[in-house]
Amino acid sequence: MANDPGKMKAYWRKNLKTLFFLLLIWFLVSFGFGILWVEELNQIHLGGFKLGFWFAQQGSIYAFVVLIFIYVYRMNKLDKEFDVNEE
Amino acid sequence: MDILTWTYILVGLSFTLYIGIAIWSRAGSTKEFYVAGGGVSPLANGMATAADWMSAASFISMAGIISFAGYDGSVYLMGWTGGYVLLALLLAPYLRKFGKFTVPDFVGDRYYSNTAKVVAVICALFISFTYVAGQMRGVGIVFSRYLEVPIEWGVVIGMCIVFFYAVLGGMKGITYTQVAQYCVLIFAYMVPAIFVSMQLTGNPIPQLGLGGEVADGTALLDKLDGVLAELGFAEYTAGRKGMMDVFMITLALMVGTAGLPHVIVRFFTVPKVKDARLSAGYALVFIAILYTTAPAIAAFGIYNAINSTSEKEISSLPVWVSNWQKTNLIAVDDKNGDGKIQYVADPATNELTIDRDIMVLASPEIAELPNWVVGLVAAGAMAAALSTAAGLLLVISTSVSRDLFKTFRPDISEKKELRIARIAAAGAVLLAGYFGVNPPGFVAQVVAFAFGLAAASFFPVIIMGIFSSRINKEGAIAGMISGLIFTLAYIIYFKFISPEMNTADHWWFGVSPEGIGTIGMFLNFLVCIVVSRFTPAPPQSVQDMIQEIRIPRGAGKAVDH
Repeated sequence: MANDPGKMKAYWRKNLKTLFFLLLIWFLVSFGFGILWVEELNQIHLGGFKLGFWFAQQGSIYAFVVLIFIYVYRMNKLDKEFDVNEE
Repeated sequence: MDILTWTYILVGLSFTLYIGIAIWSRAGSTKEFYVAGGGVSPLANGMATAADWMSAASFISMAGIISFAGYDGSVYLMGWTGGYVLLALLLAPYLRKFGKFTVPDFVGDRYYSNTAKVVAVICALFISFTYVAGQMRGVGIVFSRYLEVPIEWGVVIGMCIVFFYAVLGGMKGITYTQVAQYCVLIFAYMVPAIFVSMQLTGNPIPQLGLGGEVADGTALLDKLDGVLAELGFAEYTAGRKGMMDVFMITLALMVGTAGLPHVIVRFFTVPKVKDARLSAGYALVFIAILYTTAPAIAAFGIYNAINSTSEKEISSLPVWVSNWQKTNLIAVDDKNGDGKIQYVADPATNELTIDRDIMVLASPEIAELPNWVVGLVAAGAMAAALSTAAGLLLVISTSVSRDLFKTFRPDISEKKELRIARIAAAGAVLLAGYFGVNPPGFVAQVVAFAFGLAAASFFPVIIMGIFSSRINKEGAIAGMISGLIFTLAYIIYFKFISPEMNTADHWWFGVSPEGIGTIGMFLNFLVCIVVSRFTPAPPQSVQDMIQEIRIPRGAGKAVDH
């Protein structure tokens, strides 16, 4: 594939799209829910937690883990689709 | 059996295990020494990364910091985990495909310049040394506290152990010992947490217990907010730092994590690009177990501490208070002479000072757990300290033998290079040990800044080296230097030259020295892009290399080309 620039470009563009989408969520759960809008979310309760506080000390970390595994799954699929996966 | 006997038995057993693993996995080639031969499974690598990452400070101090900082402690929780997302998505797979051994290797090749490489080596050494000196001190404190030997002896014992398996086994030895060390440390961290959570909230899972209810039916966190407010402290779940500062510190820690050389090098040790991605995921799972438990220990700890001391008769305090008074980690001073403890925010009338390390160290005693659990926590703390120190020492020795020596003497034989790597590792152990015994006053303060420096120097040039084919050597060198100098200058100014100015009023944009690495990072990006625009594009061979690292196929094992 390295000598097919069109296909290479398409692969890279799809990769960047995946990254953009996942990093958006990354930003949202930590900087968004845990920091910028923490006060607003703290008005909502989740069991014994205020929601903003929960995101800052628990939720964001769970989300990070999930994000990486979604990435692994998406990229493995993309690699196969464009036939650049490792044997 | 008493606590000390249990400690000796459990610590002795764990050390025997580490040394046994080190002998079994002895490195025979430079490839095994630098990257464990590139044959570590993603799961094992994830575990080793987690142990490498979590230092004595994570193990002992982090929960305590959160106890007293409440919501503001979130900067460490998010900062030291969120970086793995950046690492997995933006760095690890591409650096693995690149297929050499170190970060300066990548910088040198991508920016076709030995100058860029040397700048990268200097950044790597600087970051690793500030970090490792703090670790060695941590090793010493842990040893002296649990084995009841002087701190100096603690450092020497720690040095001998690390020396043995880092110098003999290289990355291969370190990786497999770290797998064992992870198991020891996480077990030691979780056991007391589970018991305390059960006692306080009836829920055995600390992460859920944190949101649980205490005996009178109110939620633990609400109760804690109320108790602290009554004593004049800020509410536990409310922030005290400015939002801007919290934002900047969190980002600096995240980006710094992704830029730390001893973390990045981990992803060179797996066989495939696919494994590098997966391995970062596993690493974060193993890290998250401790990092989501820490805030629970923090809240349980401060709640228990206040409940068992505030307004209580000094003569009838629980045994653990007097035990830890001996080590000066708790101090009681009955200022108004009423025979009771007043724990309040106002320092003039406050009668109780609690060291933050108590929250983890004393948790087995607070929960009245058997003596062997205390010994277990000791073994866990040592595992955390040793694994991090060993990982850092390896980066230092690799930087010297490979990035410096081999760059300028490319024709040395593998056997000789391996010998130089071992000598460098030995030298680094001795130097780190020296700083452990005679810590320069600034070490403890500087460790936290290693992240800011990594964020401001490495992260932007690696990212742009992968995601842009226009960035050239002039841009990268100028970017790294300006990011590093700016960040360093800001930190030195506020921490050492004019510490009295170190308040929110004088900070730029309300960003503390802890968070300034974020600004340094943006500056690095900016300088890098602008300078590259006005200087020639990288040569075709580099353009081809960039295309090549963007696709996974053809990775092969890490090779010395």
